[in-house]
Amino acid sequence: MNLRNIRIVYAKELLDLLRDRRTIISMVVVPIILMPAIMISVATISARSVGQARQEIPKVMVIGGKDSPDTLHGLESLKTLQLVPASADYTNLISDKKIRAAVEIPSGFEQDVRLERPPKVRIYIYEGEMKSMFAAEAIEQFFRNRKDAVVSNRLAAARLPTSTLNPFDISRANVAPPQKVSGNIVGMILPYLVIIMCMTGSIYPSIDLTAGEKERGTIETLLTSPANRTHLVLGKCLIVMTMSLFTALVSLASNGVAISIMNRTLFASSKHSPLMFSVEPSSLLAVAVLMVPLAVFFAALMVAIGLYSRSSKEAQSYLQPMLILTVVPAMAAALPGVELNTRFALIPVLNVSLLSKEVLSGTYHLHYMVLVFASMCVYAAIAIFAAVAAFKRETVLFRT
Amino acid sequence: MIETLALTKIFPDKKRGPVRALDQVSFRCEPGKIFGLLGVNGAGKTTCLRLLATLLQPTGGTAKVAGFDIVAEPEKVRAHIGFLSTATALYGRLTAAEMVSYFGKLHGMDGALLRQRLDSLFDTLGMNEFRDRRCDKLSTGMKQKVSIARTLIHDPAVMIFDEPTIGLDVLTARTVIHFIRDCKARGKTVIYSTHVMSEVEKLCDAIAIIHGGKILAEGSLEELRQRSGLRDLEDIFVQIVEGKP
Repeated sequence: MNLRNIRIVYAKELLDLLRDRRTIISMVVVPIILMPAIMISVATISARSVGQARQEIPKVMVIGGKDSPDTLHGLESLKTLQLVPASADYTNLISDKKIRAAVEIPSGFEQDVRLERPPKVRIYIYEGEMKSMFAAEAIEQFFRNRKDAVVSNRLAAARLPTSTLNPFDISRANVAPPQKVSGNIVGMILPYLVIIMCMTGSIYPSIDLTAGEKERGTIETLLTSPANRTHLVLGKCLIVMTMSLFTALVSLASNGVAISIMNRTLFASSKHSPLMFSVEPSSLLAVAVLMVPLAVFFAALMVAIGLYSRSSKEAQSYLQPMLILTVVPAMAAALPGVELNTRFALIPVLNVSLLSKEVLSGTYHLHYMVLVFASMCVYAAIAIFAAVAAFKRETVLFRT
Repeated sequence: MIETLALTKIFPDKKRGPVRALDQVSFRCEPGKIFGLLGVNGAGKTTCLRLLATLLQPTGGTAKVAGFDIVAEPEKVRAHIGFLSTATALYGRLTAAEMVSYFGKLHGMDGALLRQRLDSLFDTLGMNEFRDRRCDKLSTGMKQKVSIARTLIHDPAVMIFDEPTIGLDVLTARTVIHFIRDCKARGKTVIYSTHVMSEVEKLCDAIAIIHGGKILAEGSLEELRQRSGLRDLEDIFVQIVEGKP
């Protein structure tokens, strides 16, 4: 192995790529500026719109209820609702978002309650529309309170304690440390972002150094040098791996900064909420280490595909499906119920995604860590072997 | 010295079946002489030169370049050749000096030796003016000079030129022709492929007419004239290629 030649190719390719504006955009602008900016913007916009929706007093229509004055009066006195006159086209008004909800009080409601013939109150909403849901919540809360009052009165009349209907309480208590709780949430988002950035970081340089060289005619120039072809391709793989890893790590760091900015601004008021993201530095370090074999795997695979392609366009058409194939396992960490097991630990990308999720939530299963790292090293070695084999095949290099 | 022995190259082709691009080609190029490979497009010139430069592997036969076998010792062959063609482009984002230096390093040169050789080549070829300019900002003539410097940086014993003047303007083509003559004057073995008759007449000590992957005739221009009874190289070429008596 001639490390000198690998080093020469590496240094040249680094210089060459750093002088390319497109590299700077894909490696620096996208992960450092664009991705965190999108993350902060989306969080800010959603926090703001939720806040605005909460502040709005929803317009609600009451249908019926003329023979139930107490209920009607109770609803009218609610400061959280703005009642509008009843009309027959309430469904259209809800669909057109002119009113947020309608509540139908059946005829003889209060009398039926008194006679213990349970009537049914129906709330009409726009399913999935946030402001409509908030209106429904307020109406439900009102009727729950009335129900509780009726139950209390009945128990009192029967001289029964309230514990008759509530023999015991159930409550949840979180025993996981706040870091683990927030790490669990971060662990659902961050692996996806970092894996995708790791892959996208390798796409442009790999195309440029393979199919791009074929297109520009420099591959033939390079092949006339006495350097061993294995060393040439290893130099190329190494630089693509560097770019991939750099993009992933920069993305990890910049998203970390974005999270801390969000903590200080958006979620500052809810200090004990799980939304207060915090991740242990050791977890981030473990994820960074995991990214190394993944970056080698992506780099060598992309180089092999790029070498096989006749042109940059052809390489892009091969790499786009690769991106989609990566997105699915990368997203696995965000899917509920998908957990790391021995079988998943052997599936590339999926294993890194699930292990990163575990590690970010502070769970360290040593045997899975070894299994995932070792299997990714094997996949990376296979990908390197494929890239070297492609670079030695004249039918691939001179494919026209 | 270049010596080929029944050099054969067959390309697999899914539509047409195996294509015999080079068929049992044998010839010999001496040091200090220019050997011209004359043929139409698709005759097998580029395949032959790519085989000699070890860019391709022969299907049959072999060749010795600068004393090394192209099949057994491809890296040693490449260490002793300079290969120039219009397909050997430059790295646009590197400067002229970086480009030549990169190839010097890949040829095992470093430090003072590389600097000295680089300075000498840039002085000789008049390249100092654009030494630190990026290759993609250079004119065609300047680019060709950088390519020449790239092939000469390791002072190879054998020079392989594959249609090096194709698509170049008159002045740039003249620079290349001067350079090829200079290589001969320095005692290098030069093999040169072209389909431009006038260049062959001007430059070559020996000519091989290649067609359909086979060498149809070989000798000096004078020998070919005597054998054909014709004076003009173009007439000789057409007579040989078309198989007229």
